[in-house]
Formats: sequence, structure tokens, C-alpha cells
Amino acid sequence: MTQLPDSASNAAADRKRILRTRNIVLAVILAGFAILTFAISIAKMG
Amino acid sequence: MTATTQPLPAEWRDFFALTKPRVMSLVIFTGLCGLLAAPAHIHPVLGFTAILCIAMGAGGAAALNMWWEADIDAGMKRTANRPLPTGKMDRTSARDFGGALAAASVFLMGFAIGWLAAAILALSIFYYAVIYTIWLKPRTPQNIVIGGGAGAFPPLIGWVAATGDITLMPVILFAIIFFWTPPHFWALALFVQTDYAKVGIPMLPVVAGEAVTRRQIVVYAVLLLPLTLLPWMIPAQFGGFGAIYGVSAAVLSTLFLLLALRVGVRKRQGDADTMRPEKQLFGFSVLYLFALFAAMVADRWIVVQGIVP
Repeated sequence: MTQLPDSASNAAADRKRILRTRNIVLAVILAGFAILTFAISIAKMG
Repeated sequence: MTATTQPLPAEWRDFFALTKPRVMSLVIFTGLCGLLAAPAHIHPVLGFTAILCIAMGAGGAAALNMWWEADIDAGMKRTANRPLPTGKMDRTSARDFGGALAAASVFLMGFAIGWLAAAILALSIFYYAVIYTIWLKPRTPQNIVIGGGAGAFPPLIGWVAATGDITLMPVILFAIIFFWTPPHFWALALFVQTDYAKVGIPMLPVVAGEAVTRRQIVVYAVLLLPLTLLPWMIPAQFGGFGAIYGVSAAVLSTLFLLLALRVGVRKRQGDADTMRPEKQLFGFSVLYLFALFAAMVADRWIVVQGIVP
């Protein structure tokens, strides 16, 4: 299928946006997990 | 292959959709009730972690379910817009996501809470993803009964996370959801036309007919009444509940049985039938489970823990 240059640049922009959002969500989850691990350690020591 | 012909990667919302968030809300509620109704104190952080692990385990099992059933989902109107049938995500990503989420939930539960709760969580994931989804769902019209077992694990896990051991009480909580599930889903199946027959899943109303399904609904509702009263009979020192739960369970289960009997004795009145009794039974069944488990928590916190003498 032939694609116009416009649609190609749109797809590239969409790809970039999706990956950036996914990376942000993953970073938030990892940060949450780190905080949770810290809190669990404190709770288990108490 | 150039960037212009590559499919777009799945969005984070697609991964979230794999976890069946609506089902997860009931899982979280019953798991939390099991945790709060247990006769033991758990640190709030550990309690939160236990519920998080239950939710992650349920989400992982749901993702594995969607991975396995992608072809079936594509053939049914209700499920055709899920991430895999629509092509928003490839199957390998769904399988890896589900497997990773399930494994992470079990290990976090084991390290943070205890390995008994982790083992039951692992069993529940295996039960749903393998025994139910892969093995028995496509083979028997009793699939809803078997699937009910998977949904019955969360309060058991919540209770075990709080107390650290399995006693009769959490097993009764498991049994309550197990016996509640068939009338709940079969009431829905009577008035919602599904495409299960088209994709080869043997649902009871399709395989055995409406009359058998209505009889089975009554059977499970009859069994549920004495079962829900059992926690009232068990002494408080063994985790039993008091009068707040007992009276609530008696009223709720009697109403549930009456609505089930009304569904059990009637026949569909042609295509113009609005199926009002079946819809009422289904609607009440959701309220019933929430109210029953809320009554357990209220009873534990108000009477047994001595907030009100």
C-alpha cells in the first residue's frame, strides 16, 4: 500500500507519542514500586 | 521494513484493558472484605500490598485469558473491540504482560505478606488461566460453575494475608462466591443473547436449554441460603460473625432465593417477553454480594472488635 508523506510523518509522530506515554507510565509504576518496597520494609521492621 | 509500514505500538491503555478493570473492581472489593473481616490486625501498608497483589494477580490472569481467547473474542460482538481482536496489540505482548504481572504479584505477596497467601494467589491464577480458560471452559456447559471458583479466591487470599493461616471461615467465604456465581451469570445469560454458541463455547442455556438453566439457578440459590448463615453459627473466637451479619445474610439470601424461585418457575413468553424477573435477579445478585460482604466487615468492626458494645 502506498502511503503519502503526510501520513508517514503522522505515524512517526504517533509512534513517538505512544512510546513517550508508555515510558512515563512505566516510570511512575517503577517509582511507586520503589516507594512501596521502602514502606513495606519499614512496616515489617515495626 | 520502514517506519511507515510498521503497526503502531500498543498504548498503555491497551495493556490496562487487558486486565479487565471492571472484573478487577469486584475482585478488589471481595479481597478487601476478606482482609478486613479477618479476626487479625494487619499493618495498613501490608494490607494495601496484599490487595495490590490480588489485583495484579487478577489482572495478569485476565491478560493471559485474553491472550488465549483472542480468536474467540474476535468472533463475539461483546469482546470484538478488545485490544487483541482489534489488532492494537500483538499476542506475544499480551502473553508476556500477563505472565510478568502474575509472577510479580506472587513474588511480591510472598516477600511482603507470606508464602501461604502467595501460594493460594498462584493457585488462583493457574486455576483461572489454565484449568478454566484453556481446559474446561471450551469443554463443559458447567464452565460457569468452574469459573466461579476463580472469582471465589480473593476473599480467601485476603483473609489468609491477614491471619497467616487457613481456617474454616475463609473456606466458607470461598464457597459463598462459588455458589453465588452460577445463578448470577445464568440469570444474565437468560436475557442477553451472546455469541458463545457461534464460537463453540458450550454455555448451559444454549446446550441444555432454558428449563434446565432455571432449575440450576434455584438449586444454587437454595444451597446459598444455609451456606451464608454458617458464619453466624461459628463462634467469634474461630472467626465467626455476629447478629449484624447473621440478620443481613438471612434477609439478603431469602430475597435472593425468592427472586431465583420466580425465575425458576416461569417460562419465556415468546419474543416479546421483557425477561423482567431475570433482570431483577441479576441486578439484585450484584447488590447481594456487595451487601453480604459489607455486612461481614461491619459486623467485625462494630461488634466483634468492640467499637459498639
